[in-house]
Amino acid sequence: MNTKEWPLWEVFIRSKQGLDHKHVGSLHAADAEMAVQNARDVYTRRMEGISIWVVESKHIHASNPDDATAFYEPANDKVYRHPTFYEVPAEIKNM
Amino acid sequence: MEEVEVNLEAQFEEKVAKDIRIEPKDWMPDAYRKTLIRQISQHAHSEIVGMLPEGNWITRAPSLKRKAILLAKVQDEAGHGLYLYSAAETLGASRDQMIADLHSGKAKYSSIFNYPTLSWADIGAIGWLVDGAAIMNQVPLCRTSYGPYARAMVRVCKEESFHQRQGFEIMMTLCNGAPEQKKMAQEAFNRWWWPTLMMFGPKDEESPNTEQSMRWRIKRFTNDELRQRFVDMMVPQAEFLGLTVPDKDLTWNEAKNGYDYGQIDWDEFWSVVKGNGPCNKQRIQTRVKADQEGAWVREAALAHAEKRAQREQQKVA
Repeated sequence: MNTKEWPLWEVFIRSKQGLDHKHVGSLHAADAEMAVQNARDVYTRRMEGISIWVVESKHIHASNPDDATAFYEPANDKVYRHPTFYEVPAEIKNM
Repeated sequence: MEEVEVNLEAQFEEKVAKDIRIEPKDWMPDAYRKTLIRQISQHAHSEIVGMLPEGNWITRAPSLKRKAILLAKVQDEAGHGLYLYSAAETLGASRDQMIADLHSGKAKYSSIFNYPTLSWADIGAIGWLVDGAAIMNQVPLCRTSYGPYARAMVRVCKEESFHQRQGFEIMMTLCNGAPEQKKMAQEAFNRWWWPTLMMFGPKDEESPNTEQSMRWRIKRFTNDELRQRFVDMMVPQAEFLGLTVPDKDLTWNEAKNGYDYGQIDWDEFWSVVKGNGPCNKQRIQTRVKADQEGAWVREAALAHAEKRAQREQQKVA
């Protein structure tokens, strides 16, 4: 067994031009260049991507699911942010 | 404090019951985490060890086309292993530890890969039967309660169906060939049929983990349910190929709308699980050797990366 594990990288793939990069999984690699090459072999063997991002997992900062209720609460009581909040008379078209 | 714990557990159970996926940072019971790490890492190991019986035939495939297909299939198995290891790591398992557990024999992998591949027809039989059984097991796992595992399984299942079809095609070619080829196919079928039925695991009444796993919606169907479906699916395919299922007790049961099949040799099953199958030792030795012989590459790559990072830093300074 070797003494030190290669760092873990998160992989994001753009499946086609015009779409966002989307998280697909992770892998181990010694550096960024190798991570991109490994990501190609692991996650795009059937043309699933045309662009790859990798980022070392340790650099990802995430919100805490335990705080989700309080954290997203400010958005919860503002129904007036949605178009369905407003009454539009039936005679009005194209709105 | 205890009350908070109870509350979290209740919330967890409620989410699972509503089919809301559990994600890595969500609270989960320790036993759920442990069960998943065990199951996902065993699954990953099975993919990795599963490369070995087929790898055995890459250099001896009967044509360039078959060789290219087999290479692609074996490469997929490596990929499947990697998706699954990465899913297990989201639960806090370390990759090195999982590999160490495989090599020490602490972690198990699917016993099917402890059987030898004696002829080219075995490659056909593996794709058709073993991958067929794997698909039966894996499709319900696409809806398993743990998000990263379910997502990994969606990828695996998408790729797996080519594996089964290429195996069936090999069998079909042999069955339509010379009498010797047909005989090869039948013999491979005889060798793989029973071990494939064992892939679904022990009988329901002897499967200690099934009940809890079903409750946590890790598993969606019991071992016997899946085994029955598999038999019902495969018998007509064997008939199409003109092969005889090596089971004298196999009969159609109108009442249950399925086949009754003979007794599985459970002594053989447990013996292979315990390490006494035809190839258990050889498989692990091959894995350990590959790991040891690749160690210098991993170390060199890391040293190179560290040196380059240092140089970059000096440039900035």
